[in-house]
Amino acid sequence: MPEITIIKYNAGNVMSVMYALDRIGVSYQLTDKIEDIQSAEKIIFPGVGEASTAMKSLRDNGLDKVIPDLKQPFLGTCVGMQLLCKHSEEGDVNCLGVFDIPIVKFPKKEGFKIPQTGWNSISDFKSELLNGVRDGDYVYYNHSFYAPISAETVATTDYILPYSGMLQKDNFYACQFHSEISGDVGEQIFKNFVKL
Amino acid sequence: MLTKRIIPCLDIKNGRTVKGTNFVNLRDAGDAVELARIYAKEGADELVFLDITATVEGRKTLLELVNKVAHTINIPFTVGGGISSVADVSALLNAGADKISINSSAVRNPELISELAQEFGSQCIVVAIDTRYVDGKHTVHTHGGRKPTDLETISWAKEVEDRGAGELLLTSMDTDGTKDGFALELTAAISSNAGIPVIASGGAGNMEHFYDVFTTGKADAGLAASIFHFKEIPIPDLKLYLKERDISIRL
Repeated sequence: MPEITIIKYNAGNVMSVMYALDRIGVSYQLTDKIEDIQSAEKIIFPGVGEASTAMKSLRDNGLDKVIPDLKQPFLGTCVGMQLLCKHSEEGDVNCLGVFDIPIVKFPKKEGFKIPQTGWNSISDFKSELLNGVRDGDYVYYNHSFYAPISAETVATTDYILPYSGMLQKDNFYACQFHSEISGDVGEQIFKNFVKL
Repeated sequence: MLTKRIIPCLDIKNGRTVKGTNFVNLRDAGDAVELARIYAKEGADELVFLDITATVEGRKTLLELVNKVAHTINIPFTVGGGISSVADVSALLNAGADKISINSSAVRNPELISELAQEFGSQCIVVAIDTRYVDGKHTVHTHGGRKPTDLETISWAKEVEDRGAGELLLTSMDTDGTKDGFALELTAAISSNAGIPVIASGGAGNMEHFYDVFTTGKADAGLAASIFHFKEIPIPDLKLYLKERDISIRL
């Protein structure tokens, strides 16, 4: 069985996640089959694009009912993280509810562009996924909506205001940034996830 | 704090990088995958590949190159040149590009910007604008900067954003190749008017030029080619220089 199962659904380009796993020599499969996902060893749930469209794709495949009950290590990235939350302001859509947190749009502020595009630092770590990563290291972000700070925040980033760079609860891990193109830091996070 | 990005640009022909002055007199500056690997290792924040090959065969070579790059570097990269349809973009993203950049095709058919943003999301759609000051007016040019259009640059930049572009790549044909510095005034005018990031390009000759474009020019990213390819400015030195001058930089 491949080490990682990537969930396939209509949420943009999952290729960069596959190539990132290729680079660190991790085996994977890409699938939308519920039985393959339920029996997977570890799961990555990528995502780019718009939240309500992505949620519709999950509902069409019945994945919205399956994902919250999964027990294996599960990593959501970018929109994948947002879909694990309770609700998204983007398209005003109810999401999977693994994290009891709303996803909201960045407030407008002079001198700050939306989306946030580029490298920003993460700090205040509370996750084993960040072993070997230094407080203040940089990761690549590209987003207009964010998860506010909560009890499940395990890494913080500041853009307009402090928000959740990463979330964690039980077997569910999530990063708002694109770990697949976040340099050596992103690769370390994937390696730590594979080792869980 | 969000950092300013340093972006080496690799002009590609038949899988190798080339760069000339004012877009003519091409010189071979090396293997593209190898250069990409070095830049990523040296701390480049992102890479841009501009394909200037026009043939069908060349396009196939480009997709192979993109795939090799995706398997080699762990930072984002954008691919532009000759893209005019949803299918072109889809092929490049599948090959491993993180973003694509369109230029002439957006001018010819502005609706393409909206279509691509709708299909793939704004975050991966960069619109490149080549501009030259002609008869008292900043004028958008196409075809590698050779053909003038009727479009005024600042209003075109706004339209591009309204149509769903995620970033602007602004190249001043007046400064490109001169090494006299970026077009600060125009970059600042566009960047302060834009809700999306502006990548400034054209004219970088020394480290101070990057400082100027991030401060006076209000750019979100600075792009250059030959000064990096020919190692005139090592990226680590440039980033340290900017950091020491209180520019937010990823080291």
